[in-house]
Amino acid sequence: MEGRDFEEVEHTADSALRIRGANLEQLFCNAAVGMMQLAGIESLAGPTRKRRIELQASDSESLLVAWLEELLYVIEMEEVSFTKFDLTVEDNTSLTAKVQEAPIGNIKRHIKAVTYHDLKIAQVEGGLEVTVVFDV
Amino acid sequence: MIRKQDFRQIGPVLWEIPTTFREDMRVPVRVFADDRMLEDALSDRSILQAVNASTLPGLVSHVSVMPDVHQGYGFPIGGVAATRLPDGVISPGGIGYDINCGVRLLASNISAEEAEPHLENLASALYANCPSGVGGKGSVRLSAKQLDQVCRLGSEWTLKNGYARPEDVQRTEEGGRIMGADPSHVSQRALQRGRPQLGSLGAGNHFIEVDLVDQIFHPEAARAMGLNEGSIALQIHCGSRGFGHQICSDYVRELQAAVQRYKIHLPDRELVCAPLNSPEGERYLSAMSCAANYAFANRQVLVHHARKAFEQALAGKVRDWDLHQVYDIAHNMGKIEEHTVDGKKVRVCVHRKGATRAFGPGFPELPEEYRSLGQPVLVPGSMGTSSWVLLGTEESMSLSFGSSCHGAGRVMSRKKAKRTVRGDQLREELEASGIRIRAHSMPGLAEEAPQAYKDVDSVVDVVVQAGIAQKVARLLPLAVIKG
Repeated sequence: MEGRDFEEVEHTADSALRIRGANLEQLFCNAAVGMMQLAGIESLAGPTRKRRIELQASDSESLLVAWLEELLYVIEMEEVSFTKFDLTVEDNTSLTAKVQEAPIGNIKRHIKAVTYHDLKIAQVEGGLEVTVVFDV
Repeated sequence: MIRKQDFRQIGPVLWEIPTTFREDMRVPVRVFADDRMLEDALSDRSILQAVNASTLPGLVSHVSVMPDVHQGYGFPIGGVAATRLPDGVISPGGIGYDINCGVRLLASNISAEEAEPHLENLASALYANCPSGVGGKGSVRLSAKQLDQVCRLGSEWTLKNGYARPEDVQRTEEGGRIMGADPSHVSQRALQRGRPQLGSLGAGNHFIEVDLVDQIFHPEAARAMGLNEGSIALQIHCGSRGFGHQICSDYVRELQAAVQRYKIHLPDRELVCAPLNSPEGERYLSAMSCAANYAFANRQVLVHHARKAFEQALAGKVRDWDLHQVYDIAHNMGKIEEHTVDGKKVRVCVHRKGATRAFGPGFPELPEEYRSLGQPVLVPGSMGTSSWVLLGTEESMSLSFGSSCHGAGRVMSRKKAKRTVRGDQLREELEASGIRIRAHSMPGLAEEAPQAYKDVDSVVDVVVQAGIAQKVARLLPLAVIKG
């Protein structure tokens, strides 16, 4: 599909990303990378670890929020970032991910939360698109 | 799209969108603004978000929008909405992720002249003593049992543990303790996030600021507050940290199913809610109260560290380096209150998202010394501009459910602010104008540039003209510590 995988869009008080992907798996990966870029996370070279994440939600939008919240929680509590994603989404409601982690060197911006504000994963030419508003 | 002609002007600085504007509105939306502010508000989605908020079940009277309004998520920032008990709803998104984000003001007997030679050291001491920054760990690492007590007792926990003085607690909204807080309604994940962060400022727009009390407008109130013209004061702006963020996230997710169960139709999923008398609504109110108490305790622990910083920088150099609490006020909160609507007393849950209480004289919960005056309202500015101390009025009770503005309000997106302002250059400019800056991140500083905000003096003029608050004192920044 055409266009960037994600881009920051104007929001007066908080921060918003418009994210695209050919399918849900790609959309979720791009959202994760976009969120980490928005937070200005810099990874350190060093030992990497693998982690498995399993999540369930009632619909694809809730699954996206749960996925990004899960990553934010791990970033804050364990001070690691994510360098690789291998992700499967089933029935829009179930996610299994194998992620590779690296130690965090620096975080420039605090993201408080992932919101549901006007959240809708839309079918667009060549794939899917969603705008996520983050409370910062 | 909402246009100026969709409003009817009902006062010199009061505009209303009637319920006829959109089918699903339950109450009108009333905006406090001058012409310029109304136009600013129409340049983003703030007013649309207020119209969306006006669809919540159980709303009474009207949704109020303060002059510092700007686009948020769900509710606009600067939105006030009251839902009736027992079956009106409570909406976590209408309170926000940073539950009980608020401002504390402390006064001193230190003249700005005396402090001037030591301000660099004072700024550095505050920066060193008060943990700040992204994900910053606090100064107190709580055990599970201690966190349970912080949730239940708020500021009272800090008093029992040597972080507070009795008058600090007394001069805090609700005495720094919301009743009904039950940590069993808080997730393990939130508790894990809360344990290491007490006594930390965080990042974003949170700050500690040393101010000059520049001008007094209400001598009697200023005397009661201990604010003397020409002396220095301290403001602390922060909230409930990761603990509150997680509680809000947990309940916004949980209530996605509740709205279907209760057949509530909403224009935005961030507005999810549950009836106040439902199990979900009761659980959220109780968990929110835990976060509110955590935030009161957090600001109090920071005061403890700020006092230490004042001692380190000023002891032996000025006559009296102590700090006295003026007040501590919440600006992201849901409160159960009694108000008069259509001549009848009703109990309501007032959602204030980026708005403060501004109760008038006679409110029994106010500290005795403020009871005949009204509630102090703290309106921080934007790093390079003035901040204001106001008093709530009797009229605010009917105009805005006893609420006022909470700051200057953004007009420029963070993205645009970073594009147009360079953090290091801004720091130089502020320092050249005599404001000491300590900040973790230069891009973060740029996002919070004064030019990204409305003119706080005009915002205050509107709330005063509207009759919801009166001026007590103007503060000017001398040193700013940004997370």
